[in-house]
Amino acid sequence: MVDANKKFITGADMAVKAAIDAGAQMMYGYPITPATEIFTGWIKNKQNFLQTEDEISAGFAVCGGVLAGQKAFSASSGPGHVLMQDGFIMAEGMRLPFVLFAAQRGGPSSGTVIYSQQEVMLACYGGNGEGMRLVYSPSGPEELYALTRRAFNEAWKYRFPAIVLTDGYTLKEKSIVDFSLINDVENFPAYPLVAEGQNIHWPNIFTSEEELNHELNLAKADFDKITPLVATSEIIQTDDAEVILIAHGIVAVAAKEALAKLRLENQKVGLFRPITLRPFDKVTLDKTVGGKNVKQVIVIESSFGQLARLVKDSMDTTLGKPFNYIQYPALGIEIEEMVSEIKKIII
Amino acid sequence: MSDLIPVKFCNGCGYPIILMLLNKILKEMDLTSQTVLGLDIGCSLLAVNFLPVNTFQTHHGRVTPTMMGFKRARPNSICIGCTGDGGAYAIGLQGLAHAIKRDEPITVIVVNNTVYGMTGGQVTPTSLHQQKTETSPEGNIDHPLLGPEFFKPIAHKDAFLARTAANDPKQIQEFLTKAIETQQAGHFSLVEILSFCPTHWKTKGVETINYLNNLKETFKPGTL
Repeated sequence: MVDANKKFITGADMAVKAAIDAGAQMMYGYPITPATEIFTGWIKNKQNFLQTEDEISAGFAVCGGVLAGQKAFSASSGPGHVLMQDGFIMAEGMRLPFVLFAAQRGGPSSGTVIYSQQEVMLACYGGNGEGMRLVYSPSGPEELYALTRRAFNEAWKYRFPAIVLTDGYTLKEKSIVDFSLINDVENFPAYPLVAEGQNIHWPNIFTSEEELNHELNLAKADFDKITPLVATSEIIQTDDAEVILIAHGIVAVAAKEALAKLRLENQKVGLFRPITLRPFDKVTLDKTVGGKNVKQVIVIESSFGQLARLVKDSMDTTLGKPFNYIQYPALGIEIEEMVSEIKKIII
Repeated sequence: MSDLIPVKFCNGCGYPIILMLLNKILKEMDLTSQTVLGLDIGCSLLAVNFLPVNTFQTHHGRVTPTMMGFKRARPNSICIGCTGDGGAYAIGLQGLAHAIKRDEPITVIVVNNTVYGMTGGQVTPTSLHQQKTETSPEGNIDHPLLGPEFFKPIAHKDAFLARTAANDPKQIQEFLTKAIETQQAGHFSLVEILSFCPTHWKTKGVETINYLNNLKETFKPGTL
């Protein structure tokens, strides 16, 4: 029997549906694999769009739209994501709710075109700023949808730019999604940041170091204030765990399966999965890694330690738990391989 | 212009003249409240609190796509980007050229003084042949880019491209009025205004006026 709630759908189409449901009004884009299908999917849905001459114009046009009160967004990848950081850092400096899908591909440079986890630092700390942006790392299509809805809502509610950090495997893969399990949420409305007759004079450059220092302190205070409301993670079987696996995005999908297999072999393994990379859920991380049975941490990622850097930066330095790494830059990590690598470390 | 804000432009700079005339015609056209003035980075950024209109600063070379985004989101606004010759014709050339090609209904004011003023007087795409600057100490080996003439072939037939000079207030008002009317009619407009930079031209008094008038031999005022 056909279940009307279930659809065979790509990740890119989930992202498009989420953007439409979030009330997004305008997309500025420039084609680049693997982010292109978000752009073409948006256009196929008869939405308002413009293909610009490069990612720089797309990024600044998003800033202009957002200043006028429009839920504008973009999507890019790899070297395009690098260019997009030009406009995105203006959004960070001026606290503009710019929403960006960053579809990670291999790097550095043009790299490969489908998959990697090498844009973590770029998404979290790209540009000449302090990383005061919201970065979400979905595991699977349902969460890609949910986190996109959150990205639009939290960007506009808290006035920080937001990145949904995904990859080409997640976007191009077709899977069966049960829409009856997807929660609808209320949309936070967009509003003009520069309204007619307001006579606003909004600087983006400061004449003194003290003035900028003051602005940064205000932004930091706001970022700290929203951190408990935004920072999110998932923990699995961590209560009795002796080994804590840490993974994000699509690698965490495989890590969950690897964990299940290791548990069948009575290995006391648990998982900490950051859902937001900025802000990072330090409270849960410290509690998990600080568990009395925990003997070591294994950070698993498709990069030479970009996630590991975020983890170490966030974690209580007094916990003193040894770290191990499984790093496959530019490659996906299959479940069996992950199990075998984890066993090499823990047995 | 606010009485409370000190003018931050250098003595003899052309920007205050241009901005005051812009303010005057916006008032005359009754468009002050619906105007949004976007500023490039360079000397233009100093205009942030100069006029009683909504104003914000952007990035160097990025005012055109930012104003395009604003205009597309709010078509009834009057979107004006103000930039120098470096912001418009060097780092911002790609964005500007494509905005013209697409006939975006925005207005770009290019204040052309043939140098990068804010960073201390370096060579720009409009520097004259043999012009000595901080980065062309032996004289500019290049020839100047003529912005409106360069863009004419890709502009829509109803777009407005023109050049005037800071010592011709009557023509500035005429061209800015026409530029805004062009935006209201749904087309792109660009007004290049030759402007004084005694600081980096290293000129005084009448020398500054003469320098500007000499520029008009290379950069011909008028519409295209």
